Amino acid sequence: MILNGVAIDATFAEAFPMKATRAIITAQNEKWAMISAQAMTGFATSVIACGCEAGIERVLHPSETPDGRPGVSVMIFAMGGKGLAKQLETRAGQCVLTSPTSALFAGIDGGIRIPLGKNLRYFGDGFQIAKVIAGKRYWRVPVMDGEFLAEATTGQVDAVGGGNFLVLAESQPQALAACEAAIESMRKVPNVIMPFPGGVVRSGSKVGSKYPALNASTNDAFCPTLKGMTKTELSPEIEAVMEIVIDGLAKEDIDKAMKAGIQAVCELGSSHGIRRISAGNYGGKLGPFHFHLQEIMS
Amino acid sequence: MSALTFKLKYRPDQRVDMSPLTDHNLTHLELPDIAAIQLQCGKRKLRVDELFNISGYDTQNIVIKNSFSKLDFIGKEMAGGNIRVEGNVGAYLGFGMKAGEIKVRGDAGLYAACEMKNGYLEIDGNAGDFLGAALPGNKMGMKGGTILVKGNVGERAGDHMRRGYILIEGNVGDYCGSRMTAGTIAVMGQTGKFLGYAMRRGTLLLWNKPQLQATFNDCGVHTLGFLPILFASFKKLDSSFADASAAFNRVQRYAGDMAELGRGEVLVKIS
Repeated sequence: MILNGVAIDATFAEAFPMKATRAIITAQNEKWAMISAQAMTGFATSVIACGCEAGIERVLHPSETPDGRPGVSVMIFAMGGKGLAKQLETRAGQCVLTSPTSALFAGIDGGIRIPLGKNLRYFGDGFQIAKVIAGKRYWRVPVMDGEFLAEATTGQVDAVGGGNFLVLAESQPQALAACEAAIESMRKVPNVIMPFPGGVVRSGSKVGSKYPALNASTNDAFCPTLKGMTKTELSPEIEAVMEIVIDGLAKEDIDKAMKAGIQAVCELGSSHGIRRISAGNYGGKLGPFHFHLQEIMS
Repeated sequence: MSALTFKLKYRPDQRVDMSPLTDHNLTHLELPDIAAIQLQCGKRKLRVDELFNISGYDTQNIVIKNSFSKLDFIGKEMAGGNIRVEGNVGAYLGFGMKAGEIKVRGDAGLYAACEMKNGYLEIDGNAGDFLGAALPGNKMGMKGGTILVKGNVGERAGDHMRRGYILIEGNVGDYCGSRMTAGTIAVMGQTGKFLGYAMRRGTLLLWNKPQLQATFNDCGVHTLGFLPILFASFKKLDSSFADASAAFNRVQRYAGDMAELGRGEVLVKIS
């Protein structure tokens, strides 16, 4: 399959089941809601070493938030429910509770309930106040700028992590420009996050390493500087490869995000140095969710 | 299905215990069985059809017409459905109700919503003393649900209240929120003396400046984030509380009762 001069490989991205949750951060203005959200989703690019994958889903208009203030929706993904709950609580406590004017609300009404403000309330040292409003429990925790308002719980649901595609380009700037266009387009798709810095990964990994202590190492088949010394996947004209990883609440959400992203890349086309779109998989052995590139783009 | 309707034929001199006429007692009963239920009236027992003309058959929707202030225990421990009352009601309206909805187009007597657990109770007129309170000697008053009173309320509203909402559009008497453990009482009108007497926790949300006891301490003026959420939850009510103009988030906060636990609060609208 070739779209605007860009070859779409007959391959698939392989993804695996994860647990996910969503939280809504509001603040006095969008700037401070975003600062809090960025802090909460920092150091959360990959479960390999961060404990979770997290990202900003989108900015919320005041009419969309529970307290009528500007907000940001964040999503956190982890391999298991326990780990997810721990990450959520730690991040909420250190990054949202501490952030000026912030408030924290559930972003998922159903699912298994996991603590959001339920345990953070103890920071109130006995001065905290519970309010059950319309069936939802909120905690009012006194802090130095007034009150930190947090919903007691949010929902944990089954999700999918590790959807991906690779952008193969003639130069590094061209690969990055294509990925930037893809991310801009993918951020409009609900229920997904692209957890890596700016949504883009330049250090795609393979499973295993020559060093026994490491369980992942550089994806040498896609490293352009190793073209002459490894079993490369790259043709001579490829000088840079970048990857976009997607976590989503459902397979269909990742389908939509991948389609939006690949479409944006292909719109730039071969005239902008984009040569191929490929994807990372482990031969279908690791994850039950397979995203076939040509099916998605057909 | 038409609502099961009880139309009072005459006003007996003695008080009537209406507690048998709730959904959970009437489900699966035929009209003749309902007519044969005996109601305590003073020291006598009267058949339902001696007191009421009965029509309709939907036990989930009960209507009581020509009601007056000696019909006690309407909706006692009701677990679902709706009760509509046309006229005044006696004491213990919605006593211990667990779910469902009661609407009264008139006044209610003492102890309305006494030890209520959940559900919605609306009184178009005034309510007597001990609204949402505990029975004398008991330690737990209202434990959940919402009470809306469009008129005025007597003394000791929310005595020993533990959870839920009491919304009062009119004035409230002395000792409002006394011995509260938690919950919220909102009063649009004036409040009486000894507001929040011995309250431990809970919120008294007021539109007018109260006459506070010395055991309530001023914590200053604040903008509280939970208030917009609270007012948004009132939007579905047929009440002045639902008006956008009624909402506010800037309040003077008083903490008390310092003679007790002191974790309660009186929030007064800044006008």
